[in-house]
Amino acid sequence: MSDHDKIYSTKFQDSIERSTLLMFVISAVAVAVGGIVEIVPLFYLPNTGMSGGDGSFNNTQHKDKNGNVIPMDKIVWNPATSEHKTLDDWQPGDGVRPYKALELAGRSVYIREGCFLCHSQMIRPFRDEKDRYGHYSIAEESMYDHTYQWGSKRTGPDLARLGGKYSDEWHRRHLKYPRDVVPESVMPNYFFLENAKVDPENTVATMEVMTKMPFNPVPKTIYTDAYIAGARAAVEGKTEMDAMIAYLQSLGNHVKFEEGVNYRD
Amino acid sequence: MGATQEATPVKYDMDVVRWFTIAAAIYAVVGTLIGVYVASELAWPFLNFDLPYLTFGRLRPLHTNAVIFAFGGCMLMATGYYMVQRTGATKLWSNGLAWFTFFGWNAIIVAAVVTLPLGLTSGKEYAELVWPIDIAIAVVWLAFGLNHTMTVAIRKTSHIYVSNWFTMGMIIMITYLHVVNSLALPVSLTQAFSIYTGVQDAMIQWWWGHNAVGFYLTGGFLGIMYYFIPKQAGRPVFSYRLSVLHFWTLTFGYVWLGAHHLQYTALPDWTGSLGAAVSLAMIIPSWGGAMNGMMTLSGAWDKLRDDYILRFLVTAMAFYAMSTFDGPVMSIKTVNALSHYTDWTVGHVHAGALGWMSMISFGAIYHLVKKLWNTELYSDKLVNVHFWIAIIGAVTYIVAMWVSGIMQGLMWRDYDEYGALTYTFVESVAAMHPYYVMRAVGGAIFNLGTWIMLFNVVMTVRQAGAARGVSAAAARA
Repeated sequence: MSDHDKIYSTKFQDSIERSTLLMFVISAVAVAVGGIVEIVPLFYLPNTGMSGGDGSFNNTQHKDKNGNVIPMDKIVWNPATSEHKTLDDWQPGDGVRPYKALELAGRSVYIREGCFLCHSQMIRPFRDEKDRYGHYSIAEESMYDHTYQWGSKRTGPDLARLGGKYSDEWHRRHLKYPRDVVPESVMPNYFFLENAKVDPENTVATMEVMTKMPFNPVPKTIYTDAYIAGARAAVEGKTEMDAMIAYLQSLGNHVKFEEGVNYRD
Repeated sequence: MGATQEATPVKYDMDVVRWFTIAAAIYAVVGTLIGVYVASELAWPFLNFDLPYLTFGRLRPLHTNAVIFAFGGCMLMATGYYMVQRTGATKLWSNGLAWFTFFGWNAIIVAAVVTLPLGLTSGKEYAELVWPIDIAIAVVWLAFGLNHTMTVAIRKTSHIYVSNWFTMGMIIMITYLHVVNSLALPVSLTQAFSIYTGVQDAMIQWWWGHNAVGFYLTGGFLGIMYYFIPKQAGRPVFSYRLSVLHFWTLTFGYVWLGAHHLQYTALPDWTGSLGAAVSLAMIIPSWGGAMNGMMTLSGAWDKLRDDYILRFLVTAMAFYAMSTFDGPVMSIKTVNALSHYTDWTVGHVHAGALGWMSMISFGAIYHLVKKLWNTELYSDKLVNVHFWIAIIGAVTYIVAMWVSGIMQGLMWRDYDEYGALTYTFVESVAAMHPYYVMRAVGGAIFNLGTWIMLFNVVMTVRQAGAARGVSAAAARA
């Protein structure tokens, strides 16, 4: 043995360095800890938008300014208790709902085109963001977003509360040739969305997959067999542009926020 | 160092390392070229050319995949296979499996080049590839992991050299990350949706996102640092104990940082705060490691005067120190409130990617080419030219993004005397134009450097081949 081998920091470190197995196992444990501590609790703590399937939302309790608990039905749409019973009847303010067929098709286009690389969908609780975009986002609002689209960069503005802000016609013109409407924009032209039709089979398949998710699936009481059966007709003949606009118009108007309520604690 | 313990000459499996090295040099050119293109699209949107396949939204993932997985991946496998053999004084456990990883990894890169411009994506940042490709990545990655680990196991030296700790840690962590983050239910062969939603998906995504940086682009490249700096400088690592500290704190600590990407989002507050606290603590091991790399030159600083390869390697450590300071600062909540969603993040990432990861790779590529082909470089002068071009390009890029990022953040939150927002969003977009131009120019300069490197590498290999031909002919005669 050379002198080299006698240099070590601790005996334990020395034995780790001599054993492939020890090095492997201890590394494997060391790198696992942080992820477990930060990720696993988000599946059972309140205020994480996680539905236990029984409507309990991990005991999430939002309280109004008088200290009374706001029923979760007011935050997340529940067709059983709402006066609007189906997705087509749902009205803004009824609570967070899954996407309608055409919106879901639009969301697939949104993901395909990588919109999230320039547009966030997550408003932070700051004065300027409230003035610019609206109420800060809450966990429940993205509870049906399989493959979340919060984004990490605002080359363009946040879109979390875009729904209802502009007319369909504005969106159509803007998506086709953004600089016709906003001369300083650097967004690509998406006129080609008007030339492609939505694939009804793909939309139906997507809806069915959404009901089979292990976490936060869309309840069968919302994507009912009847609704899924009607989805084909709802998207038949629609262009990807129609779908994209439907999706954008669905963003952010689900919950009726009350002043002075902390929706994050 | 293990390599000093070679008693009898070992026949190494170096062909696969040669090919990975050449591939890395090529992908460095391609990856940064796509980067220049997408950067130019933001400066001059007409470059989208009204073609869906060329839009920023589809090409940007191609850029990130090309630099991270094509350039970075080939670099990690080239150096991983090289270091594990040299430091263990042994051949690879399986040369065949190594070739499988070479062809498999390159097939995955080709698949990425085809699918991403077609808009086939999972919609997760830095993990965009569709599920069948994800499965292929897992298979090839595990093959690399198995081969590396088994080669460590059959080493002829008593101790596992520090570079191999970093490579092993990276392989394990990337396996966890890739598998957990990519879990999705497929709709078709090219489309799938994450099984997680909202808060959980965001946390898992950034656990992946930050540790792809932390382990793949940092841990793996620190392995390169711990082998190539001592080799090139001809000096032992400055402090063995510091490397022990560096490795274990980084391995345990880095994992926690992902949450700092989600400050002020709908995640419970504690996750971001915890991520930020550990981020700040990480300055200590990161700087310890950077010092360890730089101080390895103590007593040999004069070599920087004429060893241009060493310049690359040491400059990389300076950028590593800089970006591991920048990062923790950005994770502080009040700073993050300004920096998040802005170009500052892009500048930070490129301080790491251009300054640290690329520079250490360029140094390692030049070193490898000399060793693998047993020759001098075609031109040492061109290495020096590349060095200065790379520095100028990287600094131009980083400064542009820092300025534009901070400016964006300040414009967004600015109020006038009447209590109204001073700027519309699009005014901030217009204000970014000069910086986006500057960024594209900086990137183009950096890209020019990679062409020079590729030229130098190709000429060196040709020259070595010709020399071998001559000596072989002489031997026959």
